[in-house]
Amino acid sequence: MTAHTAPAFKASDYKSDIKPVWCPGCGDYHVLLSVTRALAELGRRPEDVACISGIGCSSRIPAYVNCYGFHGVHGRSLPIGTGLKVARPDLTVLVAGGDGDGFSIGGNHFQHACRRNIDITYIVMDNRVYGMTKGQPSPTTEPDWDSALSPGGTGLSPFHPLVIALASGANFVARTFSGDPNRTTEVLVEAIKHPGFSFVQILSPCVTFRPDERGWKDVVHTAAVEETDDPARAARRIMTDDGFNIGILYRGNRAPYKLTGREATSDTDQLGEMFAI
Amino acid sequence: MHGNANGLLLSGNHAVAHGVRLARPDVIPVYPITPQTPILEKITELQAEGQIAAELLTPESEHSAMSACISASLTGARVFTATSSQGLLLMHELLHYASGARASIVMCNVNRTPAAPWGFWPDQLDSLAQRDTGWIQLYSETPQESLDSVIQAFRVAETARIPVMISHDAFYVSHAVEPVDVPSQSLVDEFLPAFRSDIRLDTEIGRSFGAPNDQANWNRSRRELDASMQTVNDLVIDAGRDWGALTGRSYGPLEFYRTEDAEVVIVTMGSMCGTVRDAVDEMRDKGVAVGMLKVRLFRPLPVAALREALAGVPCALVLDRNYSPGTGGVLHQELKSALYGLAGAPRLHGLLTGVGGVNVAPGRIEQLVSEFSGKEPVVGPVWVE
Ligand SMILES: Cc1ncc(C[n+]2csc(CCOP(=O)(O)OP(=O)(O)O)c2C)c(N)n1
Ligand code: SF4
Repeated sequence: MTAHTAPAFKASDYKSDIKPVWCPGCGDYHVLLSVTRALAELGRRPEDVACISGIGCSSRIPAYVNCYGFHGVHGRSLPIGTGLKVARPDLTVLVAGGDGDGFSIGGNHFQHACRRNIDITYIVMDNRVYGMTKGQPSPTTEPDWDSALSPGGTGLSPFHPLVIALASGANFVARTFSGDPNRTTEVLVEAIKHPGFSFVQILSPCVTFRPDERGWKDVVHTAAVEETDDPARAARRIMTDDGFNIGILYRGNRAPYKLTGREATSDTDQLGEMFAI
Repeated sequence: MHGNANGLLLSGNHAVAHGVRLARPDVIPVYPITPQTPILEKITELQAEGQIAAELLTPESEHSAMSACISASLTGARVFTATSSQGLLLMHELLHYASGARASIVMCNVNRTPAAPWGFWPDQLDSLAQRDTGWIQLYSETPQESLDSVIQAFRVAETARIPVMISHDAFYVSHAVEPVDVPSQSLVDEFLPAFRSDIRLDTEIGRSFGAPNDQANWNRSRRELDASMQTVNDLVIDAGRDWGALTGRSYGPLEFYRTEDAEVVIVTMGSMCGTVRDAVDEMRDKGVAVGMLKVRLFRPLPVAALREALAGVPCALVLDRNYSPGTGGVLHQELKSALYGLAGAPRLHGLLTGVGGVNVAPGRIEQLVSEFSGKEPVVGPVWVE
């Protein structure tokens, strides 16, 4: 390999020097690894990337990625990400968080972000529990998950985030497993490259409040069928799979939200002029 | 320990959960948030053990929790919820609605710093910022007081038909463990009968709630709320006195601690009162004529009682564990307006003390008394860390 073909960035270039405070063994460590690898592979400069989150253990991720970061309020990461993207369309916008943040308190924003189909990538680290507040069931929790905080189980039907994303108009839908960082990196690269709203559900175990999720590594499996651009077919497959089907499940052709209005630039000289006081 | 009470070591949050158990609510919608979550955890446990019969609902946000509280309450059900900081701020829209709709909800708010920046520290800005929402507000100093106040609050809320918020400070009260007398169910039943609301779903009454009103009716609804608010001070006095007769622990809108002949009175709320008590004792031992006025009922503010208590006192220091940007401490502002035009009003110092949960030791309070009591007050905010 000659010098000029060497990759411009390494994954470590996207790691901030803040040490994560996640529990040892938390799945989110591998999500962080995969995000940094994907950005390196895409060769985006750190200053061309922004990572936005809500609140939760998973939502701590912007602090750990070396790029622009914004740790918002609980459930509002997508509206914040949308505002950022319309103001600076040149930035690669990653919105990240947990299943509680994205599907409970932020559930309505999830649907509208899919519908708007703006060019951002939404990563949900799904551990089927509220980790940060110490173990309450979330919208993706199994109805019979018996715990001190849901004695006898919630009895509530879990959310199908991927199907909801499809029904609401997301342009790219995938499911991965944090314990498979190679695969997760590949999927994230495709998600970020694909125009419009990309939704990636990453099964990411909470080893502290859901120790049973350590067993996910034995049950995840590659999607048996090829990805499709037909949302109805994709939805049928997802509704009938076991929830551990890994891969890109839908890659659509909807035109992304067209940004009108102000010209954006990432040229630092121009930006300097724009913001000169 | 009094009567047939049961002594337990409880944190403030667990004391609240026991107060809720004893009040026999029907519906409890709660969304978790630090440092309120132990209230939800304990209620969940008590419900699983069959000690709480209420329907425990875990909605998708605090906005939804408060929405559910309002409708449940208007059917005639007894309703409790709990939250903190961001959760309370998210409820703001519905807080106005709840009082306007005259829903007798009782809520515990654990006082915590609002974002940004993120923090989990004791600071009363979250609830003080709700002072115009039409909720009765009580501030609690200890786990025991939190338990006792929850039960009294139902009686006040259901009589006045105004929702009540009890706030206690994050960690200093919510997580601090103290011996707490937990009264018996029969004692509480005697104090707090079942809720018989005249606002309820009843075919005889046939009501719809929340319809748009013309200006005159809207105006009338505010006047009615105001008339009921005027009754709250007495209701709080009655509830605190009756509770005292049953348990030996009396409460009122204000509490006076060693204020007799005091040259300096320290006015504050919440857990800071415990620190001030120690400081007052130490200063009294040294011959300093100092006392404390604890504000327990913040909304409606007991203006007449405050004016009576402070007339003729040479100096008062208001310690605010909150900061309202552009003005200063909220309690200080409230005191200034309460004492306006009072003959013999004290020199009133507003001190921003412990904002963001910064620790304030009794020794620091002694220093503040000697530093400020001889001075003329300044107009702007005074930061004292
Ligand atoms: C308005 C508001 N309500 C509640 C909270 C408390 N809270 C913080 S994180 C969280 C849930 C987190 O769960 P999830 O999004 O699944 O993330 P995880 O911690 O599992 O990664 C809650 C309820 C908050 N910060 N703000
Ligand atoms: S509590 Fe769960 S989600 Fe949070 S850091 Fe620990 S393992 Fe991860």
